[in-house]
Amino acid sequence: MNRAHRHVLKDQRLEAELFSRRVLVALVVILAVFLVLLGRYLQLQWLQHDDLSARSDRNRIRLQAVNPNRGLIYDRNGRLLATNVPAYRLELTPERVEDIGGTLEELAGLLDITDVHIQRFEQRRDQYRRFQGVPLRFLLSEQEVARFAVNRHRFPGVEIVPYLTRQYPYDELFTHVLGYVGRIDADDLSVLDGDNYRAATHVGKIGVEQYRESVLHGISGIEQVETNAEGRAVRTVSRNNPKPGRDLMLSLDIDVQRTAWTALGDSAGAVVAVDPRNGDILAFVSKPSFDANLFVNGVSQQAYDEILADAGRPLFNRALKGAYEPGSTFKPFVALAGLESGVMQHDQRVFSSGRFTLPNSERPYRDWQRGGHGWVDVRGALEQSVNTYFYQMALELGIDAMHQYLSQFGFGLASGVDLSSESAGILPSREWKRRTHNQIWFPGETVIAGIGQGANVVTPLQLAAATATLAAQGMRYRPRLVTATRESGSGDFQSLPPVSLPSVPIADEANWQAVYAGMIAVVHGQRGTAKGISENVGYTVAGKTGTAQLFGLREGEVYEEEQVAAHLRHNALFIAFAPAEAPTIAVAVVAEHSGAGSTVAAPIARAVLDAWLLDDAQ
Amino acid sequence: MKPANFRWLHFPRVDIPLLVGLLLAALIGLAALYSASDQNPATVYRQVVRLGVGFTVLLAFSSIPPRLFRLWTPWAYLLGVLLLAVTLIVGEGRGTNRWLDFGVVRFQPSEIMKLALPMAVAWYLHSRPLPPRFAESGLVVAMVAVPMAIIYFQPDLGTALLVGVSGLFVLYLAGLQWRLMGATAALGLVALPLLWFLMHEYQRNRIRTFLNPENDPLGEGWNIIQSKIAAGSGGLLGKGWLNGTQSHLEFLPESSTDFILSVYAEEFGFFGVAVLFSIYLFIVWRSLWIAKQGHDSYSRLLAGSLAMTFFVYVIVNAAMVSGLLPVVGVPLPLVSYGGTSIVTLLGGFGILMSVYGHRRFTLR
Repeated sequence: MNRAHRHVLKDQRLEAELFSRRVLVALVVILAVFLVLLGRYLQLQWLQHDDLSARSDRNRIRLQAVNPNRGLIYDRNGRLLATNVPAYRLELTPERVEDIGGTLEELAGLLDITDVHIQRFEQRRDQYRRFQGVPLRFLLSEQEVARFAVNRHRFPGVEIVPYLTRQYPYDELFTHVLGYVGRIDADDLSVLDGDNYRAATHVGKIGVEQYRESVLHGISGIEQVETNAEGRAVRTVSRNNPKPGRDLMLSLDIDVQRTAWTALGDSAGAVVAVDPRNGDILAFVSKPSFDANLFVNGVSQQAYDEILADAGRPLFNRALKGAYEPGSTFKPFVALAGLESGVMQHDQRVFSSGRFTLPNSERPYRDWQRGGHGWVDVRGALEQSVNTYFYQMALELGIDAMHQYLSQFGFGLASGVDLSSESAGILPSREWKRRTHNQIWFPGETVIAGIGQGANVVTPLQLAAATATLAAQGMRYRPRLVTATRESGSGDFQSLPPVSLPSVPIADEANWQAVYAGMIAVVHGQRGTAKGISENVGYTVAGKTGTAQLFGLREGEVYEEEQVAAHLRHNALFIAFAPAEAPTIAVAVVAEHSGAGSTVAAPIARAVLDAWLLDDAQ
Repeated sequence: MKPANFRWLHFPRVDIPLLVGLLLAALIGLAALYSASDQNPATVYRQVVRLGVGFTVLLAFSSIPPRLFRLWTPWAYLLGVLLLAVTLIVGEGRGTNRWLDFGVVRFQPSEIMKLALPMAVAWYLHSRPLPPRFAESGLVVAMVAVPMAIIYFQPDLGTALLVGVSGLFVLYLAGLQWRLMGATAALGLVALPLLWFLMHEYQRNRIRTFLNPENDPLGEGWNIIQSKIAAGSGGLLGKGWLNGTQSHLEFLPESSTDFILSVYAEEFGFFGVAVLFSIYLFIVWRSLWIAKQGHDSYSRLLAGSLAMTFFVYVIVNAAMVSGLLPVVGVPLPLVSYGGTSIVTLLGGFGILMSVYGHRRFTLR
């Protein structure tokens, strides 16, 4: 069947030997090649192991900062004023999204994403690195989270990230004192420590949140995460835990605060209550206010416009920055200045005819009661708020002596409270007038300064702090909000000692007692200007009414009379402390455009005193 | 008249050491696959089924005497060439024409050729006195060139080369003169630039990538870089089974198929690789040992060629994933996840077993 088979004889033995030789050669080559290959693996797995192992780790391990949980804020009774609650935000990682514009457009079809969100996203992008997720939407609703989860495959590089968002349970009640956190913007970045804020999205903007930022924020942690080829974190390898911010306990009392807020009613104004024994601020109300929660995750343009359009200027912190003429609430301090410096004796009487003139001048300075109050000593002068007494006293004292004495109560100076942007008010002097107006001082200005008018400007906080100093017989403490801090999660708060300031020297204690008697008479006396609030009061109140013609304009602003009805051109003021024998609270009330201090401001103060003094806890 | 002891078929007589070697390699493959597939039991189960089919074919083939394989050889070769020609016209595949779909079975006719070509060359040479004469060798080259060319145009350069090599190994074992081989090798070197022009662009890119993978680390170079990182980061002892990060975190593509050796190397380290290579070396050595005892030159040539081709598969894949050779789509025999190639491969070992069962008892 085969030609070759016929012609040539096959030598089976020779062929088998030939085959064996060939197999032997092949085996040698095969062994050699296997050894080469084994050598290659030895090279990769032994010689280059360190290098390739490092590359494997670089492949999979990524460092990422972990934001510390922000410290919580409590009131003096341990009730939460600011807390952290879980929420979801939508993040887009630019590096992993090919067509950002198209993706944003598609997302907008799925979730509530407006031009404003996109605009803010674009602004934020510069602050993040390409591989970092840039927040696009905060506070996603549960429905939105679910809707995105279903469509997630369509959006590589877009993720829902759980986070803790700040929440203020009392909405607007504490906004002017707590402040709020807001998203970090370019201005914040220039002052913040970049390392510690690498994973942070929010920072305290105003109030305690801003002033105590460094304590509340904590220390950022670092996490080694294993990522897959897409860059998605799949496992945490190691974690250097962040150190959470410290919890703060404030001196504020929610009940006192709410009482003050409610008592102010529809009036714009401020109420500040201070504990004279240590400077603790018990209530710090500025009204109107706004919901702090609005600002945490970016206020909507509409809500912001509404706040800006509000004639009551809710963004303005009246308690901290309001510039009010103290009016007659200044009289107890002026009285002490006069008595302690010896220009008048506490039992010395002055005659009030209803009309006071300077020598060589026809210009009359009037009492509020037509025909005057007759002969009054310091007690009567305070009880009935007799202007003439203080005209006379101021004139004899002189403006510079008055300035010198009253500044010991903190007038004209920032109180040093633990809040930023506090106003210092104005306590005039010759030097002050020359410096600010480049004018000489006129004697008539001294006269009206004696009743807290003219150039005098105080903030409600200042007035409350001065009243506390008065109540504590000159012992002065820096007003404060944060009284204790603690490590997050631990049980015990560590108290911060109150900060005492140079006290007001006492020349003769009888002078102080006389002023106290006058202030007690304001509430409890027959002719007291605030005797209306003495009804059913279970403790002794020392107070002083004030009705001022100017109202809370910031320095330099002009009062447009046409806008305001005549009877509303007055601010009602009241200062008080109680119990008069051993005061535990001093309060200052300013109610704008509301009328007389006696009828409007004093009842507000009474409500606050009640809330503090009749509370079981106190 | 048939002799009394003549039997067409007989109970399988298999070489137990070789069978054990194959089973060990397959078991290692299953372990690596379980890890590479992210512990997907379904994938492992499918592979077990294929191995089951493959070993069944092995046993079936081992019971067929080599004489019958020899008789069928021309038809197998012709059928293979015919089917290959058909793929060029109606074949399917991702940008290539490698697959034929018979409704029930879908397979690559090139798989048939992996067995049919060495069979054909052995068939042609077995009755002629060896070493072959020049003209005979030329005819063999033509027999090899035809299927190679068709597979090359599918296009599947890797398989074309491997199929061609299996045919040429027969020629080598038949005693092709060394000087002829030397001359051919020299000619090949000269023709290398010519080959460059014959290559497809994707093939040229593979060569470029091979020469410098860091050129395009995220594109063409990605596979080979990540593969080397996988093996290298495994170190001497490995990261432990199921602990490889390169494949589990999806850095390593094709981790179940062509690059499974890197998964294994990452998790079992150099010692694991050495064990696997030893098993492969044992399989090759044992196969060549069987080939040497072949009853006739057809048996010897075919068995020897199958053994050497098996070695080439191992070497090409291992060299490829460790960056010693350009990336050609060659699976690691018995270990890579894959369908028909396992059946063909174990079919080849079935032929080896058949040769073992009908070896010469005289030569000891």
